[in-house]
Amino acid sequence: MNTTAPVVQVENLRKTYGSFAAVDLVSFEIQRGETFALLGPNGAGKSTTIEILEGYRDRTGGSASVLGVDPGKGGLDWKARLGIVLQSTGESGNVTVREQLTHFAGYYPSPRNVDEVIAAVGLETKASSLIRKLSGGQRRRVDVALGIIGNPELLFLDEPTTGFDPEARQQFWQLIRSLKAEGTSILLTTHYLDEAAQLGDRAGVIAGGKMIDIGAIDELGGAEARVPIVRWRDNGVRREERTHTPGAVVASLTADGTEPAGLEIIRPSLEDIYLQLVSDHAHASEVENAR
Amino acid sequence: MSTTTPAPATAPEPQVFVGRSYGIDFGRTLTLGFSRIKYEVRAYFRQGDSVFFTFLFPVVMLTIFSLAFSEQNFGSEEEPLTAAAFYLPGMLAAGLLLSGLQNMAIDIAMERSDGTLKRFAGTPLPIMSYFIGKIGQVFVTGVLQATLVIVVASVAFGVELPSEPSKWLTFAWVFVLGVTTSAVLGIALSALPRSGKSATAVVIPIALVLQFISGVYLGFSLLPVWLQNFASIFPLKWMAQGMREVFLPASFEVMEQSESWNLPGVAIATGLWLVIGLIVTRITFRWIRKDS
Repeated sequence: MNTTAPVVQVENLRKTYGSFAAVDLVSFEIQRGETFALLGPNGAGKSTTIEILEGYRDRTGGSASVLGVDPGKGGLDWKARLGIVLQSTGESGNVTVREQLTHFAGYYPSPRNVDEVIAAVGLETKASSLIRKLSGGQRRRVDVALGIIGNPELLFLDEPTTGFDPEARQQFWQLIRSLKAEGTSILLTTHYLDEAAQLGDRAGVIAGGKMIDIGAIDELGGAEARVPIVRWRDNGVRREERTHTPGAVVASLTADGTEPAGLEIIRPSLEDIYLQLVSDHAHASEVENAR
Repeated sequence: MSTTTPAPATAPEPQVFVGRSYGIDFGRTLTLGFSRIKYEVRAYFRQGDSVFFTFLFPVVMLTIFSLAFSEQNFGSEEEPLTAAAFYLPGMLAAGLLLSGLQNMAIDIAMERSDGTLKRFAGTPLPIMSYFIGKIGQVFVTGVLQATLVIVVASVAFGVELPSEPSKWLTFAWVFVLGVTTSAVLGIALSALPRSGKSATAVVIPIALVLQFISGVYLGFSLLPVWLQNFASIFPLKWMAQGMREVFLPASFEVMEQSESWNLPGVAIATGLWLVIGLIVTRITFRWIRKDS
């Protein structure tokens, strides 16, 4: 194995249930040390994809390699190099936070320090509390702590911050940045575009089981999708123009000395671009189905 | 810990791991197994309902029977026997069933549905270590439970305990074989309930019926022959019989099927169920049902 090989390599991945394709020819790679975000609406196939790579589901077709191993055949030594934060939390939890982390640390060959992990997820004051007595957000942090306790080379985060308050989310982002700084590779699925923008080096957008776009976060949707829009009202009629030179457009509007009503220049946010991508895809599928 | 180590420092690790297989590392499997036992026992005693319904249940039942039938003689004119003495072996056998089969089957079905097993599936915990933890938990709680039942019977209800070492030797092997078989059958049975919520509804009736037909609550010799024969298919009848050999007077032997304690039969029937349980577990147990 050479160290410059991608940690995750997925080619034409397919997962079908009967005639329904939950994942349809998805391909992507994650380089060592990179954080890759999978974006997409509910039911798009994000979790199915990540669970195939975690070894929880068998694929129907295509190839997948995780840390150089076929995830359908990964053994315990392979699992020792992964950290997995599942989408759903649960567990009756009749153990304390520290007991749970100390116990799980014992599963791994070179675990992190338990108290440092507890501090990293901000649960110092709850270290001696039973997990079942914690709030939903606090339990989620225990999940994250269990995901990183083994000092993984590759960390899977399936919608990790669902149910977090804004402050907890900020803390979580800080934690993930410090893991990135240590060289941990991360595969993240999320609903939150700001989260993907904050943490992701690259992102893929999945809709209807298909990868509809992939690239650096600030290049998603292509250059055209980022072209600013100038908007104003002309005698009560809303007008808009997409232009690479919004300044020139505004200058021409005001050339005769009049002030255009409701003038604004909009640069599409990641969220705008994402929503556009997903709705374009939905529209395209409808057209295809209508045929 | 290497919190500030830059990325390249972790890069050589893959080579270290290649060719190293935890699957055949017995030392590690055992160490983690013992770590699981400690973890499981601690969690067990923090779970109020399991402590009551499986741990204290035989003591509670023994107390009820001993008080309810305190005026009755369960022996003969020449050799009287109190209710407590009569019910003691049955309660010990029931304890084996409750701590093992009932507790395991419900516990594992719950762990399957609440995501605990799915979490283990994503860690390098060997399945064998998990089983060692479960069986060890049953063993530890079973020993404490049996001790409690025997102490209560002796101290509170004046039951005379056997003094011959051979009787206690029989007790030891019937207990160890019984508790192991019961635990393994519980693991096998845990595949039956479709959800954690239905686990108690599926498992408790099975355990309850077995207790009634196997001579735990009703004297086995009082049952019709066809029911005795039917109960003999299952292991609880044999465990109870082994316990009766230890704790009842020799004069009771003639009331058994074939008028004998039949200890070899106890060993064979229980051992057979142990093997069946191991095979079913081997075939059916998975951390998760893939694609569910």
